[in-house]
Amino acid sequence: MTIHKKAVKDEALRRLLKIPRHWFDQISAGELPSITMPTRTKKNLAYDEESQVWKYGDRERFREAASEKSALHILKMAYVIWFLKHQIRDNRSSTLRELYYISEGWKRAKFAAQNDSNLLIEDLEILTDVERENFNLRPEEDGASIFGPLKLQEDTRRGPKAIHCQDDVGEAGYQIPTNVDSLDFLEHDARMVIAIETGGMYARLIENGFDEKYQAILVHLKGQPARSTRRVLNRLASEFKLPVTVFTDGDPWSYRIFASVAYGSIKSAHISEILVTPSARFIGVQPSDIRDYDLPSDHLTEQDIAALKAELSDPRFEGDYWKNQIELQLELNLKSEQQAFAARGLDFVTNEYLPARLSEMSII
Amino acid sequence: MRKRCGKTSEPAINMASPPKPVDARTLAKLQRNISVAEFFEKNKHLLGFDSPTRGIVTTVKEAIDNALDACEEAGILPDIYLGIFRADNDLFKVVVEDNGPGIVPENVPFVFGKLLYGSRFHQIRQSRGQQGIGISAAVLYAQLTSGRPTLVISRCGSDHPAYLFRVMIKTEINEPDILESRETSWDRLHGTRIEIEFKSSLTAKKRLIDYLRYTSVVNPHARLKVEIDGESILFDRASEEPIIPPEAILPHPHGIEIGELKRIISTHDEPLASFLVSNFSRVGEKTAFEFLDIAGIEKTRAADSLTPKELSGLHSAMQKVKVPPPPAARCLSPIGEALIRQGLEKEFQFDFCSARTRPASVYHGHPFIVEAAIGYGGRLESDGNARIMRFANRVPLMYQQGACAITGSIGDVNWRSYGISQSGLPTGPVLILIHIASTNVPFTSESKDAIASIPEIQREITLALQELGRDLKTFLSRRDKTRVIEERALAICAIIPEIAAKVAETIEEPVPDVSPIEGRIMRKLVAKKKTENGMVSITIRNYTSHAVDLTLYIISSDDIHKTEPKPFFIEDIGNDHSGVWQISLKGGEEWKCSYPGSGHGMIDVRGIDEKKKVVVDLDHS
Repeated sequence: MTIHKKAVKDEALRRLLKIPRHWFDQISAGELPSITMPTRTKKNLAYDEESQVWKYGDRERFREAASEKSALHILKMAYVIWFLKHQIRDNRSSTLRELYYISEGWKRAKFAAQNDSNLLIEDLEILTDVERENFNLRPEEDGASIFGPLKLQEDTRRGPKAIHCQDDVGEAGYQIPTNVDSLDFLEHDARMVIAIETGGMYARLIENGFDEKYQAILVHLKGQPARSTRRVLNRLASEFKLPVTVFTDGDPWSYRIFASVAYGSIKSAHISEILVTPSARFIGVQPSDIRDYDLPSDHLTEQDIAALKAELSDPRFEGDYWKNQIELQLELNLKSEQQAFAARGLDFVTNEYLPARLSEMSII
Repeated sequence: MRKRCGKTSEPAINMASPPKPVDARTLAKLQRNISVAEFFEKNKHLLGFDSPTRGIVTTVKEAIDNALDACEEAGILPDIYLGIFRADNDLFKVVVEDNGPGIVPENVPFVFGKLLYGSRFHQIRQSRGQQGIGISAAVLYAQLTSGRPTLVISRCGSDHPAYLFRVMIKTEINEPDILESRETSWDRLHGTRIEIEFKSSLTAKKRLIDYLRYTSVVNPHARLKVEIDGESILFDRASEEPIIPPEAILPHPHGIEIGELKRIISTHDEPLASFLVSNFSRVGEKTAFEFLDIAGIEKTRAADSLTPKELSGLHSAMQKVKVPPPPAARCLSPIGEALIRQGLEKEFQFDFCSARTRPASVYHGHPFIVEAAIGYGGRLESDGNARIMRFANRVPLMYQQGACAITGSIGDVNWRSYGISQSGLPTGPVLILIHIASTNVPFTSESKDAIASIPEIQREITLALQELGRDLKTFLSRRDKTRVIEERALAICAIIPEIAAKVAETIEEPVPDVSPIEGRIMRKLVAKKKTENGMVSITIRNYTSHAVDLTLYIISSDDIHKTEPKPFFIEDIGNDHSGVWQISLKGGEEWKCSYPGSGHGMIDVRGIDEKKKVVVDLDHS
């Protein structure tokens, strides 16, 4: 273990154990154990000018073991901290799902659903300012993949490995590990990063050689991107100062994928600074593309319309660009998938659409 | 009376319906007078003697009603003995003895040996029995089933001898048949004892006991000593106040029927106006003139000179004019809210009980008062329909619950809005008592089992139940709230120690004492002793919501003379010092003292319930 890693681990432990120490002191003084943390709601999101990301605001929630519910919450947290302490000290790791199953043996303190344990871990991240990866906890879903002119080094169990994301990987690209802190981005020959929602479009761009022709690092988002994927985008943008664009389907749910990349999400607003890429821009599919390219499309459902209307009042979608596009979509009453471009031939998206959009956005 | 006379024609027609047509003369030979006794002999069910099982309940009920009525009229606290003995296989002897005023010997044969003989039929006031059928019907029933006479002993006071009679009824003429009458010796100074023998069974024993219990509930001034087939039960009195007997009142113009008006008027020859004023309730000269103006009859006409047409005109005029309601307070005797509660509590030990006596009201000119009570919990069963107790003029109604307007009114109330489940009738550990007191209780039949549907009465029942429902709801929600608070406090007190244990394990420290936190959550008084750096500090915190006056005791070898604040009293016992402090703490307040020392000894707090205090010695934990 490197000295750096040891320091990170010790710091995580130190911060984690501050919580039970505080409770111990409270109980010894005859007080009820309590925690204070920001409220994690949409209302408590505030835009931070300096870092250009959305973070939690000033609203705080004081939770004291004076009700059965709060007391149970604190008991569960006490169990999780106790478990994490041993996990960190013994250099073991577990997935969020495993943690949920481990809690089965905690009687009263066991979790009713995995979402509860996930939320509690996020609470701990907020309270300690330590990311869950440093508690040796990881999500069970695979990290997404990268393909493009990028050379990086991964700290693996078998030692550090340098990997080039075109030359050293297969057709599917390099798979992003859950702990992005174990990556070092060594060098690149890229002019841009394109994050792509669907696997089909990601594969299309690789097959059509878009990465080579336009010196693009392609990142597969796999739907709503995992934290590790968002961290990679954040680091590519900040470490290499590369422009990041997001290419999704043309429907309200995909716009939210873009928003979580560019502006952050409510759940992870406490780590917006390392997860969010404020410079990311939206390529498409834009509602105006549906109209201009006469793309094959479906009618909006009631839920789509409700989601679009909610986005009109969402602070993250402020500005004329989104206002015009969303209103246009409501007017058209249509939505299209990325792969609808195939209606104009398999090369259309790489030869016509993307180059046109990229030059419109002054990236090429 | 009129109604029953009407019914007597039915058997006459039945007897006169031979298969072939006959002429009027042949019919006339068959037509003859029928005595009421004969009529009831054939129609026992009308009086509540439909079956041997029911016969015993009805007999007991009639005898006890009479006993209670007699005591009430004489202003005596009733002391009633009931004995039921199995004489033979299905032959039973019922003995009822009371300490009432007794019956003068001349009247005894008539009271027991003649149907429709009574003192109350013509009086307008609340009483249990009315028509003078009940007890003589029992005598009739006895002679029909066992062939035996009824034995009566009665005595009217210490200066009168007791008389014994054996009586039967001559059914064909409805007159008493006295088999024996003589002076006898009796240990009671006044009262009446009857012994009736008839064929019956004790299958309805439970209902019989229910009847007695219910009677005791609405007659809390009575003591009932009961002996049934070898089993003894005492329903003791809950009140030492004899009931003030209601007074008889004059008929109300709105309540009178034309036949009755005709009967009264025929015995008066004074001018109509003064006749009306002196023979009716709430009729003054002005009202009397108004009647006569509408009827178009001279005020000075003699009362008995009216033609049938004029009489009917006067009767309808009397119904049209607005007349104040009859003086209910004088002629009715409601039980009263406090006594109903006492009577019920004595039998059921409820968690909640509330009673209402509604203001007097009137239907068809008859004054009535509705009383109601709701009991919850206690010894009531938690499953099934609510227990319903129906009473009319302090008499329990034991049969035909489903046909009774009281039951209907109870089912019509929306009990769910008062926190009680309902399937037609309310369900759960609920008891509902309804008492209707009236000068004329509208029964559906002469067996007096069910109240007829009279909108005015049903409305009063509904109002009374709604008021009680609100009381019950308040009780239930308060109880639930307290329960929630307690459950929550218990839950927290179970979780906190687990938190303390896990936290201590994680940071590798000894498990901290959680009792002060528990004291806070459970709203107790917490006294703590802790020694740090050679100073002993005592902290007393009042987590209850009310002020307490306490005495703190410290016994220690430490020098508690130096304590700040100074003790109220101090005494040295060997090496130990014993100090006493008097402390007053409001809810939420804290008191502290400290002295130099090692923390040796003990502390205690007195002056507060043990359950409400927590004393923690942190030096000894």
